[in-house]
Amino acid sequence: MTNSWTDIKNTDLVIIMGGNAAEAHPCGFKWVTEAKANRGAKLIVVDPRFTRSASVADFYAPIRQGTDIAFLLGVINYCIQNDKVQWDYVKAFTNASYIVKDGFAYKDGLFTGYDEEKRDYDKSTWEYVIGPDGYATVDDTLANPRCVWNLLKEHVSVYTPEMVERICGTPKDKFLKVAEMISECSSPTKVMTSMYALGWTQHSKGSQNIRSMAMLQLILGNIGMRGGGMNALRGHSNIQGLTDIGLMSNLLPGYLTLPTDKEADLETYMSTRGFKPLRPNQMSYWQNYRKFFVSFQKAMWGTAATPQNSFAYDWLPKLDLPGYDMLRAFELMNQGKMTGYFCQGFNPLLAAPNRKKLTDSLSKLKFLVTMDPLDTETSRFWENHGEYNDVDPSQIQTEVIQLPSTCFAEDEGSLTNSSRWLQWHWPGGTPPGEAKNDNWIMAQIHMRLKELYRKEGGKFPDPIVNLDWAYADPNEPTAEELAKELNGKALATVYDTADPTKVLAEAGQQLPAFAALRDDGSTTCGCWIFSGCFNENGNNMARRDTSDPDETGAYSKWAFSWPANRRILYNRASADVNGKPWDPSRKLIEWDGAKWAGYDVPDIAPTAKPGEVGPFIMNPEGVSRLFTRGMMRDGPFPAHYEPFESPLGNLVAPNIRGNPAARVFKGDLEQFAETASEEFPYAATSYRLTEHFHYWTKHVHVNAVLQPEFFVEISEELAAEKGITGGGWVHVWSKRGSIEAKALVTKRIKPLICDGKPVHVIGIPLHWGFTGAARKGFGPNSLTPFVGDANIETPEYKAFLVNIEPIAGPVA
Amino acid sequence: MNVELSRRQFLGAVGAGAAATALGSLGFGEIEAAHAAAIRPFKLVSTTETRNTCPYCSVACGVIMYSKGDRTKGERAEIIHLEGDTDHPTNRGTLCPKGAALLGFVNSETRLKYPMIRKPGSDKFERVSWDEALDRVVRLMKDDRDANFIERNDAGVPVNRWITTGFLAASATTNETAWETYKVVRSAGMLVFDNQARV
Repeated sequence: MTNSWTDIKNTDLVIIMGGNAAEAHPCGFKWVTEAKANRGAKLIVVDPRFTRSASVADFYAPIRQGTDIAFLLGVINYCIQNDKVQWDYVKAFTNASYIVKDGFAYKDGLFTGYDEEKRDYDKSTWEYVIGPDGYATVDDTLANPRCVWNLLKEHVSVYTPEMVERICGTPKDKFLKVAEMISECSSPTKVMTSMYALGWTQHSKGSQNIRSMAMLQLILGNIGMRGGGMNALRGHSNIQGLTDIGLMSNLLPGYLTLPTDKEADLETYMSTRGFKPLRPNQMSYWQNYRKFFVSFQKAMWGTAATPQNSFAYDWLPKLDLPGYDMLRAFELMNQGKMTGYFCQGFNPLLAAPNRKKLTDSLSKLKFLVTMDPLDTETSRFWENHGEYNDVDPSQIQTEVIQLPSTCFAEDEGSLTNSSRWLQWHWPGGTPPGEAKNDNWIMAQIHMRLKELYRKEGGKFPDPIVNLDWAYADPNEPTAEELAKELNGKALATVYDTADPTKVLAEAGQQLPAFAALRDDGSTTCGCWIFSGCFNENGNNMARRDTSDPDETGAYSKWAFSWPANRRILYNRASADVNGKPWDPSRKLIEWDGAKWAGYDVPDIAPTAKPGEVGPFIMNPEGVSRLFTRGMMRDGPFPAHYEPFESPLGNLVAPNIRGNPAARVFKGDLEQFAETASEEFPYAATSYRLTEHFHYWTKHVHVNAVLQPEFFVEISEELAAEKGITGGGWVHVWSKRGSIEAKALVTKRIKPLICDGKPVHVIGIPLHWGFTGAARKGFGPNSLTPFVGDANIETPEYKAFLVNIEPIAGPVA
Repeated sequence: MNVELSRRQFLGAVGAGAAATALGSLGFGEIEAAHAAAIRPFKLVSTTETRNTCPYCSVACGVIMYSKGDRTKGERAEIIHLEGDTDHPTNRGTLCPKGAALLGFVNSETRLKYPMIRKPGSDKFERVSWDEALDRVVRLMKDDRDANFIERNDAGVPVNRWITTGFLAASATTNETAWETYKVVRSAGMLVFDNQARV
């Protein structure tokens, strides 16, 4: 979230699209209710199902899953055509006026530079014209036909209300009502918030779904505002933190990136990460990259990371591919190229797509290690559970080691919620049996592996035996010790660069914040964006002061919010170019003539003069991007692409199937149903229920009673067409797998008319498996295709094709 | 200790005192004592309160756990009740159908208690000690790492990667566990590394 749960109360309009907060995030949704009740805010829900969020909406519009970009670019087109643009914001705070290189174009669904064989682009033309002064060229009048604004205007012009209706199945009058309500928020004193979740991410163009809304929010001037923003409702309690700390193939903590094997040394690595300003006076905060990187290396390898060995640069593994994400991991397993796999609190047998491929893949491993408080399906993938896990254990040679871990109630530490709040919690219970907490387990793995290398020698033990491990009890680092490492400390006295007589931290002290980080090895910091969480003031994540001056919803003394305890990102943009709040009733910070001050920690240097330094300090432009240069794999603007499995072809680019830049492994393409398939005519989607959390709560008796049994949801119309009765059994199958379930026939799903043809939607909840207290069932992943988003490989769970028929069902 | 004074203990003491005074003033004397003894004390009075966060979705509602026994004093602590934290700015004491049933997660019958190993081709798990389990894990790791670790690529650049063993990290472990996990996994040279952010 750019903002926070408690900030939602400040909004005028909530749009829930790509999520279902009332059911999936009920206690956060309360803040929508608060905004509706106390300031007359309106709620719009756009979803294929009439969800419980929709049931309390002021306006609901249906949409076919996988067509959000067409809808949102349609809204942008509406705003441009009707002059519903926050012009002062767009001109000053976005790259609307930047001139784009001449070679760049978009035609028939493709941007310049496409290589069909590689399914990738040469992105060299997706860039600004750079002037002789080294800066990007701009035209403040927006008259130049090659400026971003005019290119955008042309790009979205095809998404007329009529085209939106044909693609999305949203009736034109409903689309126009939504567009009109949204466009009102182009006023500097009206603000919309976007609340989205996996309904947007789990598509082969998920990143561009989100980008489309971010662009709309910029055009409306809603980023950086109280009650505005892009608010990702993360699905799990600490998936924000896990991502922040970079537990992904290609990341280092704090959104730094791992070197590739083309970057042979530290200087080559740094040469593409300096991010020099693209406009005069801009902060371009990534210029500090080297400080973050060197401090991270010091946190990893302590005294063994020296200037002489480039701070142990060679000890980081180098990537030969864009990334080894979960989908690639299973692909490699399936090819027999992997030996071992660890699953820490993760149940991929139910969470990754194409279940049959997963079982085949896990069966080819030599070993699998699971660490979990619960008895997961993944740890028992080799066990026969009849139709629910139809395997022959004698044919599976994988050794499985199942390690029991503690749960939240027995564990200490911080979790980062969607609001970016790091909140500390304490253990209250004794773990059952011999269950151990993860800190102990991971320490044991490290200590014992290190011992083996010391005893036996072996391949390149240096990064293992030199890992900084100075904990009071090396067998079990405490949460406090680890939190202090994340914050960082001074290894030598750190002076203020602006005033060398001023000491920021004495050697050995915790650093006050990331501004104190240095690139000479005199500071250490595990994750720069968390710096300030545990400094000389103590554990700021454990703060429980509920004061909230003027009730802005900031709660700045509650826990710690990254970065720098800032509650609303880009809050400099809440004030106009001169530093006066766009809306005085929504003041966040303002320029008092000498410095920025207000309710929140300014997202800009406190003395950066308005008019000179732009509000988007992480970007070298100093402004936000409507045109995202070469930052995304599938285009600098979003474009409508159908899901890989779709009931109709791409109406704006008929020759394009799926997202042309999405990675597809050999063998998986053959397992996709053809477009407008007669064999698989129905558009399926997956979703959560309010009574269940993923695959965990089926282990909880109460939740297993509340929602005991797997079902699929269909419309009355489809039920009548297929002779299916409510509560009767159905067989649902895709090109990859087959499930049986009870049918829930509802009015919540209605057939959509897309390009003149009816499209039936089938909803498949995701909470059942073969372990736990609920009845055995299936998950949507028995059916879904093995393909991910072009940028970050989130599997396409929300849009795929199936067929359905009534069956007799099991004998009771 | 994170809870300085138990709110319920405080209220319990005040309530009992007020009742005794009222009855005493009416002259009931011993009846008062007998009556007080017959009332079962409020069941949470003798529990330890601990603040925690709901482990499910990313709203991260504050919860208060009530345990019999205080683990900070080395006692075995059994959580017997769990409710929303009314002081928490986000949830203000409310919990959803999942959070309200959290006690059932803590005490679920399918909580794992012992390390287990399933041998190749076997149809069952067998209980092992932690030492056996962990020694086996690192043996398998080291054998694979030593066999398949890539020190340099074809161009002779040090790449120091290990791509035949991978690690899927969680979605609900603490930041501190995540950091420790990062250190252990990356220092071994692993690149097949992901978390549950996507699903």
